[in-house]
Amino acid sequence: MDITLHVDGEPRALSIDTRTTVLDALREHLGVSSPKKACDQGQCGACTVLVDGRRVTTCLSLAVAHDGAEITTADGLAPGGDLHPVQQAFIDHDAFQCGYCTPGQICSAVGMLDEARGGAPSHVTADLCAPVVLDEDEIRERMSGNLCRCGAYVNIVAAIGEVAG
Amino acid sequence: MKPCDYARADDAGGAVAAVAARPGAAYLAGGTNLVDHMKLGVQSPDLLVDVSRTLPAAIEELPGRGLRIGAGVRNADLAADMRVREFYPALAQALLSGASGQLRNLATTGGNLLQRTRCSYFRDPTTPCNKREPGSGCSAREGYTRYHAILGASEHCVATNPSDMAVAMLAFDAVVRVLGPNGEREIALSDLHRLPGDAPDRDTTLAHGELITAVNLPGLPIAARSAYRKVRDRASFAFALVSVAVAVDVSQGGDVDEVRIAFGGLAHKPWRATRAEDALRGQPATEAAFRAAAHAELADAQPLRDNAFKIPMATNVLVATLRDLTSTEA
Repeated sequence: MDITLHVDGEPRALSIDTRTTVLDALREHLGVSSPKKACDQGQCGACTVLVDGRRVTTCLSLAVAHDGAEITTADGLAPGGDLHPVQQAFIDHDAFQCGYCTPGQICSAVGMLDEARGGAPSHVTADLCAPVVLDEDEIRERMSGNLCRCGAYVNIVAAIGEVAG
Repeated sequence: MKPCDYARADDAGGAVAAVAARPGAAYLAGGTNLVDHMKLGVQSPDLLVDVSRTLPAAIEELPGRGLRIGAGVRNADLAADMRVREFYPALAQALLSGASGQLRNLATTGGNLLQRTRCSYFRDPTTPCNKREPGSGCSAREGYTRYHAILGASEHCVATNPSDMAVAMLAFDAVVRVLGPNGEREIALSDLHRLPGDAPDRDTTLAHGELITAVNLPGLPIAARSAYRKVRDRASFAFALVSVAVAVDVSQGGDVDEVRIAFGGLAHKPWRATRAEDALRGQPATEAAFRAAAHAELADAQPLRDNAFKIPMATNVLVATLRDLTSTEA
């Protein structure tokens, strides 16, 4: 099928099999290697990007169902090399070791911060109707869809906490 | 993955006609469960009818303070809706306790209701499973059963329903709106999911081609005093071992006026605990009465090798949730 994905601001036309995931379309067909393939089952978060502004796992999304979507990868968060505040915070806090999960962590954090700014509660929010305060427990819960097998969680939480203010 | 055609439906009627006409067709919405199963070889549809842009994605108010939740409403959006947070808190909590932020942004209300069991044998096409391949046998019955059913199972299947959302909706008497080849119908959520019996391949009472278009939540004042409690092997992003949705009203005299209880993780379907409810109505809101209600519900439990712990766990989770809800009310 012929579809168009808007990837980091660029319209990219491609012809793909109906079974292709957004992740494989990006990596294998368009050469966009920022989102990573790890579990390929929606459990690790390494493939997280922003689709129409919301964080999703691209390994469980079929590309044909996302014809016309606006996709922002971690790469696209730094147009012209100007780092996004979350990216800068990850560097400042040494929030990675091998780096394989990092693009997914960063896209997830950007999406999560937006959700929290919009007032969305989480599983650990005591009062569902009160304003959200992103303390460490909240950040850990909201980022539980992103695994880091190096175990850099302490610094990841600190980096996101700095941006959350 | 096997080759598969793809079509996008312009409207719900067209989607129903397309799926009904082809035995191997399936609806695609969020995809978080179906695409995973296609990769694993658990499900192999030959046509995907994409309803992700077709299904209603709004939450509307019904007369009498109820809500109509479009089947396309994403789990994250339903959990964040202020009317759900305020008037059906157990539903918001149930949604927020399920999956991860990324998956809740994809998963839909209709898809959540239709998600399949996470029984590890069902998910592994190299093992026999009556749900995946009728007549092949049940690997779980004599196998690893930590996550399996203690209520309502059959010799053919001991799988559990994995949904958190459905447990809270069941406690609130939700009604499911379904569009089929012969028109629209409404069914009580309690009649949607079925026990395995001798046909565990059928999770629900829906016929092929029927499409969930919305879930109606009745206006239910008691739901504003509700809670969802979930016990799992990890603190986050894990399926329930046991969960419970509870809503309760206590009179000025300290008796239970009305109570709603549904369990997750115990059976092939979300489990409305009517015996526990009947045992509690009119009783004093005390720990002894809560415990007796749990015992009434779980008297017929039949644990497997690895899950006898679910009986005391379900008892304690129900008692603790009732205690929390009734003590904050005093």
